Amino acid sequence: MTPLEIAVLALVAGGVFFTLVAAVGLLRLPDVYTRTHAASKSDTLGAALTLAAVALTFGADLSSVKAALLLVFMFITNPTAAHAIARAAADQGIDPWTTDDEGGAE
Amino acid sequence: MTLVNEILFGGVAAFLVLSLVVVYRVVRGPTMQDRVIAVNAIGTNIVVIIAVLAAATDSPSMLDIAIVYALLNFLMSIAISKFTVERGGVL
Repeated sequence: MTPLEIAVLALVAGGVFFTLVAAVGLLRLPDVYTRTHAASKSDTLGAALTLAAVALTFGADLSSVKAALLLVFMFITNPTAAHAIARAAADQGIDPWTTDDEGGAE
Repeated sequence: MTLVNEILFGGVAAFLVLSLVVVYRVVRGPTMQDRVIAVNAIGTNIVVIIAVLAAATDSPSMLDIAIVYALLNFLMSIAISKFTVERGGVL
């Protein structure tokens, strides 16, 4: 394997791993705010790693500049959107999940 | 087909499966914000899928489509959260 193939493989594998973490978090976490957390952090990192693999594949070209711009755009907008949605949920009066809801702690 | 292309197509398949799994949250999500978060995550995955397909099939013009899709995805989330606060929901 050439160094390029190893780098692309590592980046795509890391991206798929963090997207898997985001999907598990979206399915398993208990309320809106924790799911927002999973989607904004893990999904952004997974997308950024995979887009870095895309930029690496195109090499020295205008296309890799476009892929890098897409990466920067993702890094800025994805957490912003998650923050706006979580703020809308807070304004609508959705209560955060606590352990008291299950009758467990204390 | 080179090894890089095979790796990229494998990544596309994995991202597709993960997007389909997240559809469960869109269908079931108790609140509207859950659905918006899940749709936003699926949109992010689709942008990545388009970009990786552009690299795998060596067609750089698909990157422009990915950029436009990312813009629309962001606008949708911001618009829905804005309407939720000011008018009490769009759905």
